[in-house]
Amino acid sequence: MSANVPGDQQRGGESRQVLTFVLGEETYGVDILRVQEIRGWSAVTKIPHAPPHVLGVLNLRGSIVPIVDLRMRFALERAEYTAITVIIVMSVVTSAGRRDFGVVVDGVSDVVDVNAAEVKPAPELGARGATDYLLGLVSIAERMVVLLDIDRLIGRDLSAIAGGEDGDAMAADAA
Amino acid sequence: MTVDLTQFHGAFFEESFEALDAMEAALLKLDIGAPDPELINTIFRVAHSIKGGSATFGFSEIASFTHSLETLLDELRSGAMPVSEDVSEVLLKSVDVMRAMLRAVQAKQPIDAQRVSDLQFDLEVIIARKNQAPPTAAVPQPPAASAAPRWQVRFRPYRELLARGNDPLRMLRELSELGETRVQIDAQNLPPLTDIEPQDCHLAWTLELPGEVGEEAIRQVFDWAEGDCDLEVTRLPEGASDLAVEVPPSPSSPAEAPVALEPPPAPLASQEPPSAAPAPEASAAASRPENTVKADPSMSAHADSGSIRVSVDKIDELMNTVGELVITQAMLSQLGGQFEGPQAEQLRAGLAQLERNMRELQESVMRVRMLPISFVFSRFPRMVRDLAHRLGKQIELKLTGEQTELDKTVLEKIGDPLVHLVRNCIDHGIEPPETRIASGKPPAGTVHLDAAHRGGNIAVEVSDDGGGLDKARILSKARARGLVGANDTLSDAEIYELIFLPGFSTAEKTTDVSGRGVGMDVVRRNVKSLGGAIEVSSESGRGSRFTITLPLTLAIVDGQSVAVGTETYIVPLISIVESMQLKNGSVSRLSGQGEVFSFRGDYLPVIRLHQVFGVEPRTRALHEGLVVVAEGDGRRVGLFVDDLLGQQQVVIKSLETNYGHIEGISGATILGDGSVALILDVPGLIRVASMRRAA
Repeated sequence: MSANVPGDQQRGGESRQVLTFVLGEETYGVDILRVQEIRGWSAVTKIPHAPPHVLGVLNLRGSIVPIVDLRMRFALERAEYTAITVIIVMSVVTSAGRRDFGVVVDGVSDVVDVNAAEVKPAPELGARGATDYLLGLVSIAERMVVLLDIDRLIGRDLSAIAGGEDGDAMAADAA
Repeated sequence: MTVDLTQFHGAFFEESFEALDAMEAALLKLDIGAPDPELINTIFRVAHSIKGGSATFGFSEIASFTHSLETLLDELRSGAMPVSEDVSEVLLKSVDVMRAMLRAVQAKQPIDAQRVSDLQFDLEVIIARKNQAPPTAAVPQPPAASAAPRWQVRFRPYRELLARGNDPLRMLRELSELGETRVQIDAQNLPPLTDIEPQDCHLAWTLELPGEVGEEAIRQVFDWAEGDCDLEVTRLPEGASDLAVEVPPSPSSPAEAPVALEPPPAPLASQEPPSAAPAPEASAAASRPENTVKADPSMSAHADSGSIRVSVDKIDELMNTVGELVITQAMLSQLGGQFEGPQAEQLRAGLAQLERNMRELQESVMRVRMLPISFVFSRFPRMVRDLAHRLGKQIELKLTGEQTELDKTVLEKIGDPLVHLVRNCIDHGIEPPETRIASGKPPAGTVHLDAAHRGGNIAVEVSDDGGGLDKARILSKARARGLVGANDTLSDAEIYELIFLPGFSTAEKTTDVSGRGVGMDVVRRNVKSLGGAIEVSSESGRGSRFTITLPLTLAIVDGQSVAVGTETYIVPLISIVESMQLKNGSVSRLSGQGEVFSFRGDYLPVIRLHQVFGVEPRTRALHEGLVVVAEGDGRRVGLFVDDLLGQQQVVIKSLETNYGHIEGISGATILGDGSVALILDVPGLIRVASMRRAA
């Protein structure tokens, strides 16, 4: 369960390494190169006026990092946070630059090689919100893994918070 | 194998810019007619070392120019030629030219050869005992960058822009920090070289910035130039762009040069405390008072003070690591208190020692970021001299407390407001010599800049002995604008407060120095953004005094921890008036206005923090918790909390690095147990609360 697996640099080889994790009954995967570290659950500090799936902030070796509950983001049933609840710290690229954040998941499974040719596009799932953060589906050891584009999934949330509030702050300053 | 000299370029530029600052300061102190030989030596040394350095590195244009300069200085040094007003003028221009050349070479841009050779010609002419002619000059080339364009900014400075202390270079650089900027320069108004006045700005720029940059942010960059330029900010439709030229990105900007502790492009950053150089317009020899001394010993001391250059990034990293250590140490101390047994006592003694050392370490690291305010003050002697010259006034500039240290970030941002205040003093405050003599004052007015520590703050004062603020005129102007009712009577303080309103100016005619009604509101906004305050006092006929109070550093705040439910918040001590417990029944309800309580004869609104922040409190009954009376933006409120926890200095961490701005919160900090606590922004909180009430 280490994040220190060297990333697959051969983009041309059409294969890349993906960290998979479990949320309820489902398995998801993210690009391993985006993963900064994996740590256990600890209590967060709530932040006011945040969207409900942003639980709060944590101290990650001196920098303040927001924590997102993926279950809530995906509108899954909420789970209790226990000693074995895991936070994956990742970095996203937003219009405002690189940002770090943590996601709360039920557990981390494995690091797997995914061949681009095996990735199937995600089916249209009707009108239940935008699903463009789904990169595709891939089958690994009989299980379906949902590959996530975290820039789209989280980055957009974060830049919406930063963008909207910055404008307000400036207007308020001028007043 | 040859040595790669380019690795030394950074240091050469840094040293040369500093040396030029020293040279400029020395020139301004130079007495016409009876020059101090030590000053001439200093000037000579600067020219000599720049000549040597640039020859070594193969910057032949600089070497050639400094050679001519050196020849002239040699004449002065040997006394073969007197120091005249003309000579001093040409030497000052040489400083500007050398600075421009160095900057061009540093940015790997072509040197403005015409400007250099013209001035060089002047030097030769003077050496040949002829007369001087004004050199021609062009404005420094702006940095440029490329990007996908969305905002179009047309920036057409008026000719006087530079003379008024604005630096288009700095503005363009600030813009390029907002996002990738594409720049096109419009040089068509550039007159023939023979007609150019070096002080005038003839260039205009068209810039394009990415669409996600806020319009407000773009306009703020030009705050200081408002009234000195035509500015158009328009949104371009997708894909449209007038600018076809792709220019290489910013390394051309001098600020991005490898060494980070760079001297800002404005003429400052001299280690040497610049003593005041009065800038009388005609009687130079007559009025060089005592304040022109002092600096010289430190000038030579500075040469071998054993300092090294370190990039700010490294210092910030160091600060972060120390911050972490402090937290770990606090954790260990807490843990150590729970141990029992024979060795526990030893452990606790060791931990106490560790705590003391940590505190010292933290203070030392903080001090590394502090710089003397002389870095900012040093730009004034030249500015005051030029301004006084143009306005036909006699001004003595007095600088005191230049060694007062404050944080580099604060230092960088206080320059523009101070320039504005000093400009105002000279233009509006100090009367023309005839008026002064008529009212029994010495013909030369005094502008005094002072800096001093006051408690945990630093106070910077700009005062003059001019006419003072004209209360009657301010008031009548405010009435004419409908800002004050016709029958309202205002106290003096309230009247002075009016000048900080946007668009307020009482100058009878708009001079080319000030009076367009820009400024005091911008000054106040800038000071406030640093967490400071500005106050004004004035006495008719005796002068006025502006006092800016600033925090020593932006990195640390003295805070009171308060508990609300399970959460801990930090209230900055500076905004706390008092903490108190309300008696049952002492709170009244105003219909639609929420709860109020009586405090020293006023009724203050209660802000329930648990409501604003949406947390579950321990108690909702006001008399069971505590009320922290806090002040922000001149308004007082009572913050309702569960309990007070303790006072401590906290290191401010940005929430915006990874998250975003939260209204009512100025940042976060890490507590002794490693958890995060939010720091309240009281003025912001008052705004949030009043919005909620209105909603």
